[in-house]
Amino acid sequence: MAVSVDEAVSTRPARDRGSPARRFGGRGRSALEVTLLTVLAAVMLFPVLWMIETSIKENRDVYAIPAKFFDFKVTMDHYKDVFVASGSGRSTLSAAFLNSVVVAGASTALATVLGVPAAWAYSRFAMKAKKDQLFFILSTRFMPPVVVVIPIFLMYRQVGLIDSKLGLILIYAAFNVPFTIWMMKGFVDEVPAEYEDAAMLDGYTRLQAFWRYTLPLLLPGIAATAVFALIFSWNEFVFAIFLTSSDSVRTAPPAIAGLIGGTTVDWGLVAAASVVFALPVLVFAYLVRKHLVAGVTLGAVRR
Amino acid sequence: MSDSAPLTTDQPGQVASATPPAPGRSRRLSDRGLAVAFTSPALLLLLAMSVFPLLWALYLSFTDYSATRGGPAQFVGFGNYTAILASEQVHLRALTTLVYVVGAVTLQTVLGFAIAYLISRRTRGRGLLTTLFLVPMMLSPVVVGLFWRFMLDAQFGVVNSMLGSIGLGQVEWLTGQRTALISLILVDTWQWTPFIMLIALAGLTAVPRYLYEAASIDRASEWFRFRTITLPLVWPLLLIAVLFRAIEAFRLFDLVYILTSGGPGVSTETLSFHVYKVAFLGFNTGTASAYGILMILVVIILTQLYLRYLNKLKED
Repeated sequence: MAVSVDEAVSTRPARDRGSPARRFGGRGRSALEVTLLTVLAAVMLFPVLWMIETSIKENRDVYAIPAKFFDFKVTMDHYKDVFVASGSGRSTLSAAFLNSVVVAGASTALATVLGVPAAWAYSRFAMKAKKDQLFFILSTRFMPPVVVVIPIFLMYRQVGLIDSKLGLILIYAAFNVPFTIWMMKGFVDEVPAEYEDAAMLDGYTRLQAFWRYTLPLLLPGIAATAVFALIFSWNEFVFAIFLTSSDSVRTAPPAIAGLIGGTTVDWGLVAAASVVFALPVLVFAYLVRKHLVAGVTLGAVRR
Repeated sequence: MSDSAPLTTDQPGQVASATPPAPGRSRRLSDRGLAVAFTSPALLLLLAMSVFPLLWALYLSFTDYSATRGGPAQFVGFGNYTAILASEQVHLRALTTLVYVVGAVTLQTVLGFAIAYLISRRTRGRGLLTTLFLVPMMLSPVVVGLFWRFMLDAQFGVVNSMLGSIGLGQVEWLTGQRTALISLILVDTWQWTPFIMLIALAGLTAVPRYLYEAASIDRASEWFRFRTITLPLVWPLLLIAVLFRAIEAFRLFDLVYILTSGGPGVSTETLSFHVYKVAFLGFNTGTASAYGILMILVVIILTQLYLRYLNKLKED
């Protein structure tokens, strides 16, 4: 890479033709770029805004032709429907949200407890075929869920984990462990091993050194990693729809998708449920925005 | 270690420095033990939940097992594999998948890089812009699929409504043979352009400023600077992002399931969706397993490619 850059800089005298183009630039071009960015941002954000708008519209306005952008009546009924059943008591959707919290939380905790020590061990110790092990771990994360779910379905049927929260927690943990290990290994690599060496010179064992000195330094990284694992589990759909069926176990994504099963679809309710479902994710994603590049590439790319 | 000198645990430093060889040896031994103790729980979970199921699928792929019929499975050798590789249906799905993956990833790459480039040239409002652009990526495919299904509805969808108000005709976004696949590509592009943008932006901001300054002192043209400085420096990282997206697009299932359910006809049935139909609607578990194993082979090849580039990037 460095070579090509050197060439680029050194071959420059032959390319002086560029200057008129540069003079043409300036303010006009900058304005054009700003306009372009604004348009692109509007296109990217419109669906989100439209979803929020639909969730507070009355049903009449939801199906209006042509679509109503501003002059509609605001109502919170759809949000009420998300949480409260038509008669009284909790709706099935709110139960699904609760299941999602339990499943995502427990699987994240499990993946963190298993993944963080492993990441530390991979970062600190010389191991046989360490690179191969790490690549194997990451490649399990790339398996197509639709394919994995076939044997998992048979396996769960055999051991009675079908339609149980524990089953979902286990499979989500298994999908989050590779991510946790890769992501955390990056964070552990950033903590100098000398800290532990120094602690061990002071007489602590390696384990104590890890526990007392390295782990506290890793806490921000662990929090960020756990947030990503939480988002992955929260958003997951394929395993949820194939491995669960009853309302008492079903998580939010299949429950929301189930809203469009009937002959008529209450799009206002779908929109409200989607907003309620997506809001925590956006908040969490904002909290870990510093680590977003590492997070979305499963810890592979770090900047 | 500290046990060896129980009297001086309050000043352990002296002890350790006084007798260096002994702790050194025992440390290496316990390190190996620790490494095993710390990595094996995670590896065991992966073995139980990823490796074992896949081995089971591999076994099933050589049988005519059906999840509903039950009974003992007959060994059929490579029958399932030859049937799948020879099937016209599968060829059609492979073509659909190829069009979808190439179309979506290409669009995402061009758009994502363009947005990242535009953002990187701004000095103010960069953080806010980036955050806004990233929203679609964080949404669940279920939410994305449902919502676009609503917006692309031929009758009351807002997209057709907007097209109508500027005098354009109505489009059967999700119900036309051709347009359904295009819609799928567009929706995927909407969701994942931010991914490419994010990584391209990371690459662009890492390009050392002095290179541009040197080039502008030398009065190099904009295009020349882009071609010889920006692109070569960002390309390795961009390639990682593209490969990553290609793998994800290849195994995509949920968006298809929600947005079009493979229809109309089979026009948006990708390979993953077809596997699902064979496994859970046809209950030909043996055939579906062989199908899945073949898909996994493709994923493994793509992953190897990805990991190789990743390795190269890390070594540079």
